[in-house]
Amino acid sequence: MTEINKLPTATPLTPKKRAILVGASSGIGAALAHRLADEGFQVALLARRAEMLENLTNEINSKHGETRAIYYTHDVIDYESVPELLKKIMSDLGGLDAFIYNAGVSFMVGLKKYDFEKDRQTFDVNITGALAWFNPVAEIFQSLKSGQIVGVSSVAGERGRVGNSSYNASKAALTCYLEALRNRLTRHGVNVLTVKPGPVKTDMIKDAKGVLFPISAEQAAGDIFNAMRKRKQEVYTSARWRWIMLIVRNIPSFIFRKMTF
Amino acid sequence: MKKLTLSHLGNFSYSLDATVYHIQPRFVEEIADIFAFARENDLKIAPRGAGRSYNDAALKGGGIVLDLSLLRYIQAWDAEKGILRAQPGLTLESLWQYILPDGWWPPVVSGTMKTTLGGCLGMNIHGKNNFKMGTVGEQILEFDAILPNGKEVTCSPRKNKDLFYAMISGMGVLGIFTSITMQMKRVYSGLVNVSEWNVPDLEAQLYALLDGAPRNDYIVGWLDGTARGKSLGRGQIHAANYLAKDEDPDPAETMRVGFQTLPDTFFGVVPKSKLHYLMSLGLSNLGVRAVNTAKYIVGRNKSYQQPHAAFHFLLDYVPDWEKSYGKQGLIQYQSFLPKETALDAWTEMLKLSQKRGLPTYLGVTKRHRPDNFLISHALDGFSLAFDFKITNGNRTKLSEMVQEFDKIVLNAGGRFYFAKNSETAPETARKYLGAETIEKFRKLKERCDPQNLLYSDLYERVFAPLN
Repeated sequence: MTEINKLPTATPLTPKKRAILVGASSGIGAALAHRLADEGFQVALLARRAEMLENLTNEINSKHGETRAIYYTHDVIDYESVPELLKKIMSDLGGLDAFIYNAGVSFMVGLKKYDFEKDRQTFDVNITGALAWFNPVAEIFQSLKSGQIVGVSSVAGERGRVGNSSYNASKAALTCYLEALRNRLTRHGVNVLTVKPGPVKTDMIKDAKGVLFPISAEQAAGDIFNAMRKRKQEVYTSARWRWIMLIVRNIPSFIFRKMTF
Repeated sequence: MKKLTLSHLGNFSYSLDATVYHIQPRFVEEIADIFAFARENDLKIAPRGAGRSYNDAALKGGGIVLDLSLLRYIQAWDAEKGILRAQPGLTLESLWQYILPDGWWPPVVSGTMKTTLGGCLGMNIHGKNNFKMGTVGEQILEFDAILPNGKEVTCSPRKNKDLFYAMISGMGVLGIFTSITMQMKRVYSGLVNVSEWNVPDLEAQLYALLDGAPRNDYIVGWLDGTARGKSLGRGQIHAANYLAKDEDPDPAETMRVGFQTLPDTFFGVVPKSKLHYLMSLGLSNLGVRAVNTAKYIVGRNKSYQQPHAAFHFLLDYVPDWEKSYGKQGLIQYQSFLPKETALDAWTEMLKLSQKRGLPTYLGVTKRHRPDNFLISHALDGFSLAFDFKITNGNRTKLSEMVQEFDKIVLNAGGRFYFAKNSETAPETARKYLGAETIEKFRKLKERCDPQNLLYSDLYERVFAPLN
């Protein structure tokens, strides 16, 4: 856990928005960190990989000529450390307007293999880690009657497919949990946004073949930021996946069983 | 300690919003526990009275705001000598209402009566009688305080002198006042004699203050920030004087609290709690220009009598007036200039604000004299306070302009005030306060608060970078 520099405090003429971004070191997370800082946010960046985080933080801060990002090395499966760490970050940031959970893993198990250990790891990171953060953050936002919770789920959570069962299931659980959270928190003035990316050119799909309509991480970050700004409830990135998934969701099981994607 | 939850707190001018742990102790003894709690949890504390600063003085984002407004008891009152001892959360409103029927008035008051004694001391407030009576600190006989280092101290102009002159004006970051003993001013009526007259330009305005301050108990100027050319800096002067003994035929009547209380309706019709909505309609460049011009044209030389509360607490006349500035709120920019340089510097600043299309919607001028307090804004000269409406579109322009203002004021040997200005840079503070004052303040801070527990956003923004 390292603190780089003091963030400038807000003044009436230089107001600040503050965000925590979990899973920030690469891919969509890193692109979103850049975008949030570009839009004037002060961001606390969290991930396991300290060196990548440090580089990203330095890159952001030197680009803006002031401290806009601070970072903390954190493994999302270290659930017990979350409440204390959250308190520390709140104190360092000086407040919180948005919380974004972007940590996620996906293991390609293969059609003929069954691997409990990999399934469990997938759930640990994609779901249990998310819950460890969402709970204390939701409690804070509910008492503040303000704030925004963003969960990066996936189009993969909309059907169980042959290739990646636990990833699909974990994202389905995340989407459902975020919906419940939204139903709990909207009445308290808190916005909950579910992000459903299709394929994004990140490390997660670098070995995958035949990927449909991949977009850049920057484009995904742009879509996410725009949805945050408009306080939307759900966003597909890119937008065409809303229509693709409408079809996919409605493919009858007797056909879907025979498909191999 | 109760379970802590985060909540939003703002400033007087609705221009800041901080997420804080809001703690309101009911007993002085709790303050030491709160220090210990902050130390254990690695949290910083900003003390807060009524939250009437225009900036971040009573806020600590992500930290604790120690709200002292419930420690508000009057502990002793000597109606013969006019000496009052009270806890820091006592508001000026409760104070004057308690002492006026006995024939006393607080010798120095702010433009709103909602402020607390602790807040008034922390910022060493002044009133429209700064030239005659000095700041509130000069009326304090003694105070008790608890310091973050655990010590409890009693300070007066003779005892713990260095702390006395630094905690008053110290913006709440050296320690917490627990009891304040203050001398009140004898009055023989609940009324003051007020006279008002127009001044055609800035030079006339400043001359009126210069000439009038020694001869009147109170004097203040309103400045029309929209008037241009030969009329630049025109306005109105209000001067007031206490009534002499036996001048008021029925002082018991005029010193009743009920006699002083501000009316609930405007023109007997508009409920004043809603008046800020009406005012917000006029708060545009054009609207203010029309209102100011009308105010100047109908302005006449006149004299009348007014209750103390009506004369002093203009800001309370329209409840929630600050809301009329809209959702983004306002900033107040107050500069203090020596009497020799004020005319040129303010002429330049007024012209600049008009050129940028950012005229001040309210300008207020006062006459000042220097004082002995450590973080002092006062000098032998004048002050001019500007109110600027903030909009989402003007922040950058406004920010650039106040930076230019700071340069003009510094070059003219001027000073600033930390209950008002919200954008002062650390280097600006060093320049006007001087390296020696900054060093004295740093040493006292180290002595009283070695772990930097009292650390408001204001302190973090302006003073921490200077250490």
